[in-house]
Amino acid sequence: MQALLQQFFDFAIMARALPLLLTGLGQTLVLCLVVIPLGLIGGLLVALTSLARSRAVRWSAAAAIDFFRAIPPLVLLIFVYAGLPFAGIRLSPLAAVAIAFLLNNSSYYGEIYRAGIESVGHGQWDAARSTGLKARQALIYVVLPQAVRNVLPDLISNTVEVVKLTSLASVVALPELLYSADMARSITFNTSPIVLAAGIYLVMLWPIVRLVSRLERRIAS
Amino acid sequence: MTSNRPPILEVRGLRKSFGHLEVLRGIDLEVLPQELVFIIGPSGSGKSTLLRCCNRLEEPTGGSISIDGVDLMARSTDINAMRRRIGMVFQSFNLYPHMSALGNVALALRRVLGRKRTEAEALALAALARVGLAEKANAYPAELSGGQQQRVAIARALALGPKIMLFDEPTSALDPELVGSVLKVMRELKAGGMTMLVVSHEMRFARDAADRVIFMDHGLIVEEGTPEQIFSGPREVRTQAFIAEIAR
Repeated sequence: MQALLQQFFDFAIMARALPLLLTGLGQTLVLCLVVIPLGLIGGLLVALTSLARSRAVRWSAAAAIDFFRAIPPLVLLIFVYAGLPFAGIRLSPLAAVAIAFLLNNSSYYGEIYRAGIESVGHGQWDAARSTGLKARQALIYVVLPQAVRNVLPDLISNTVEVVKLTSLASVVALPELLYSADMARSITFNTSPIVLAAGIYLVMLWPIVRLVSRLERRIAS
Repeated sequence: MTSNRPPILEVRGLRKSFGHLEVLRGIDLEVLPQELVFIIGPSGSGKSTLLRCCNRLEEPTGGSISIDGVDLMARSTDINAMRRRIGMVFQSFNLYPHMSALGNVALALRRVLGRKRTEAEALALAALARVGLAEKANAYPAELSGGQQQRVAIARALALGPKIMLFDEPTSALDPELVGSVLKVMRELKAGGMTMLVVSHEMRFARDAADRVIFMDHGLIVEEGTPEQIFSGPREVRTQAFIAEIAR
């Protein structure tokens, strides 16, 4: 029991590792600020493509969505970071993560947006178009605000997933939270820094998860 | 009703198919200025599709439509510019639930007519006043009764200054006690000289407000005449059967 506590809950080691972990947390937050907006915008474009009138466009969007949802994001990241240099494209860790996450997240966010747009009744399009609004205007002013509201819990849930996935950046030596914690672990031969990192993720994400539950209940009622 | 004025709406040989299903099989129809024309007929007869072709929410398969002398099907016609001349009111109201009554009416004034916000809101408020709902300007659709929602929808179409208004079963989704408030607004529009094409089964309203009643079945106009002729002395067997059915 004593050994277990020492291995996982050594508060002295946690305290020493904390500054390093906070630097890592900063990197994680920077990653989120890059990766989440990219995913939200990319996802919207994917959704609009998958709702296009041309069948060829719709099918290529569907194929791309399937591909990037089926391929593990870690594999995608390693391919972008370690594979693209052979094609003469050398990327910084941050750029590699941004690209891999854009491809992966856009597919997930895209499917959520698509469900949201499809949840808005066709009568809304009819009403908007009958007053002379162009399709683009009907989308922006009438359909999208309702679509986003309908799938807001799913968008936020997916965003929580994305925040957790940023730990994948550790494999390309981007010193985010998990990378820092693992570095502290290998220096101290003690698992406590990892437990501390888990605690930081929990404190950061738990309120958001609660918010999702509340939103879901509000929408259900 | 003077017949020497050119029609506001002129439909010639209109056809519409959905796949193999032929919903409209050659419709000829004219609506003159200030005329209120009623369309009745069994469900599936093509009434709503006819109405939705008149602003090209449905794309006709063949035939021609002109509004106020402008060929709606011509390549050179800007359909969005024409649509604000063609007001449409739907059975299910279709108000934008995330906007107030004022926002619903002001949206197209701003984004289609390009009015400034304050100007659009003033015009929207005037349109809401015309349907008796100025005091509900800031209410959201969910806070309004069905009758009030439908009147906001009428104001939304009216605010754009349409040449003609199309009503697609405007009272069918309403509780009986709310129907009157919507019909009252439609009567006022008629009295104000609005040209209207109405799909509805409100026979009493048709009797005292319509200039002409058209009976459709299976994608064709079977019979047309004054409300008196159609409701009290229909010539065609199908019309007789239908009138007997809805009179029960």
